[in-house]
Amino acid sequence: MVVDRVDKAVNGAGKQRLDYDLIIDLVTEESRVLDLGCSTGDLLKLLIKQKKVTGFGVEIEEEKVYSCIAKGLSVHHGDIDDGLADYPDHSFDYVILSLTLQAVKKPKFVIEEMLRVGGKAIVSFPNFAYLPIRWQLAALGRMPMTTDIPYEWYETPNIHLTTIKDFSRFCGENSIKVSDVFYLGSKGQIRFAPNVFAKSALFVLG
Amino acid sequence: MNERSFGEDSVGFVETQYATLCEPPNELVLDSGVKLGPIDIAYETYGVLNEDKSNVILILHALSGDAHAAGWYKGARKPGWWDIAIGPGKAFDTDRYFVICSNVIGGCKGSTGPSSINPATGRPFGLDFPVVTIGDMVRVQKRLLDHLGIDSLLTVSGGSMGGMQALQWAVDYPDMVRSAIPIATTSRLSAQGIAFNEVGRQAIMADPNWNHGDYYGKIPPDAGLAVARMIGHITYLSDEGMHAKFGRRLRDKEKYGFDFSSDFEVESYLKYQGEAFIQRFDANSYLYITKAQDYFDMTNETGSLVEAFRGVKARFLVISFSSDWLFPSYQSKEIVTALRLNGVDVSYCEISSTYGHDAFLLEAGQQAILIKNFLAHTMEAVAHGR
Repeated sequence: MVVDRVDKAVNGAGKQRLDYDLIIDLVTEESRVLDLGCSTGDLLKLLIKQKKVTGFGVEIEEEKVYSCIAKGLSVHHGDIDDGLADYPDHSFDYVILSLTLQAVKKPKFVIEEMLRVGGKAIVSFPNFAYLPIRWQLAALGRMPMTTDIPYEWYETPNIHLTTIKDFSRFCGENSIKVSDVFYLGSKGQIRFAPNVFAKSALFVLG
Repeated sequence: MNERSFGEDSVGFVETQYATLCEPPNELVLDSGVKLGPIDIAYETYGVLNEDKSNVILILHALSGDAHAAGWYKGARKPGWWDIAIGPGKAFDTDRYFVICSNVIGGCKGSTGPSSINPATGRPFGLDFPVVTIGDMVRVQKRLLDHLGIDSLLTVSGGSMGGMQALQWAVDYPDMVRSAIPIATTSRLSAQGIAFNEVGRQAIMADPNWNHGDYYGKIPPDAGLAVARMIGHITYLSDEGMHAKFGRRLRDKEKYGFDFSSDFEVESYLKYQGEAFIQRFDANSYLYITKAQDYFDMTNETGSLVEAFRGVKARFLVISFSSDWLFPSYQSKEIVTALRLNGVDVSYCEISSTYGHDAFLLEAGQQAILIKNFLAHTMEAVAHGR
């Protein structure tokens, strides 16, 4: 599971990611937060600063673990596909999986684990039915690449790409309660035909 | 050598200090039930104790270590065993922290052990020395800190058997330990670990000079101890590391000798390690300290590691190394899991290294960055009363 979450998924240079803003809004003050695939810990650091949360991260890349420790964060060097067995049931208020779902080996298992250890699971993912992606595949006949999925087909870590429609169906079929959904474009939230016009979506589960 | 100039990151010349503890009638009651005292402890300190005594770091050594963790003895060719990690600007930054390291009980480098004089007989203890445990080592260290007037530790840290002591400290004295950094260690020695220790002990005891531990003043069991060290040393390296360091290179020859003198580099390396070790270590201490490791099992009393860590208050940084097959990463992860199930604030990192178990003594870079940052944030939390 390798995702360059911060470096490659940023919405323009120097601008904080839209889903980060949303997550910071959603998370309540002084809650307990587990960030899966926390990268260099930027989101956790923001949550600690702005929402005074108690935050923990899980990250698979050694170099990024060093960055988290340097920021004073508590981080676990490991693979979220191995599950969250280290964590007791309901030990967090929020478990976050930000633009990482598409790169895990066992998405269903990971989401079940998130809901076991957390009160709410916050899951964001790139929407593979986004119009420019449809265009690249349908009209150009090319494997799509966007700012959210910036990899060539032969080097992509993204093995479980999904669409907003498919993810909603997945939640329904598995009786996962969706308590809130946000659809994100390049500049803000998308209201109309999100499965066509939203670049990514953020689901609040549980 | 006395004229040597030190780099800015060295603590410079150091001297070992000694304390006599547990004098009758305040003897230490060991895990075996035997009373022991008085106990001499050798220790060294580096850096300066701050006013509120909040910057104390206790360094715990491994099987063959001693109190001399950093700096130089006058005339020595090598610095202390963890000099890469202890000094100004290093992982354990002596410009900021007051570092203490003591030789374990049962050892042979100034602390009471089997080669010390038994006050009851006036002769060396030999096998009359009681078997000690990791818990006993820690209790003696606690007495030393009491003696030095220190009641709070910013961190306890060590690799291998030093990591075992760090875990024991966090469990036995939860109110005293602010953080712990156990490195390349385990919560219970594995069957493989016990097996290697036993082969080492058998090598010593099979040496006729061992004489049931009664060899002081006579010829010591050097051959046995050297073999024990050679076996140990293999377990501290890795297949990849040995391949890189020695390969199949021959030593001082172009062709095979077709005899049983040393042909290969790796053979002469191990022989050198064995010969160097017998100059500085006591065979009986090797027996006692490996036995203490064998008995180490944090689940002994509680039956489960999660139970064993109940009440731990320290925050943790647990470090393992990818090529360590003596204390493999899964054993560190067991520690992490059990701590986390107790709600302990724990960070874990597996550092990629080809050095094997010895990586904790050799990897200066990444390990230092992790420790330095973890300590800086722990110190900050202490300063803010968190």
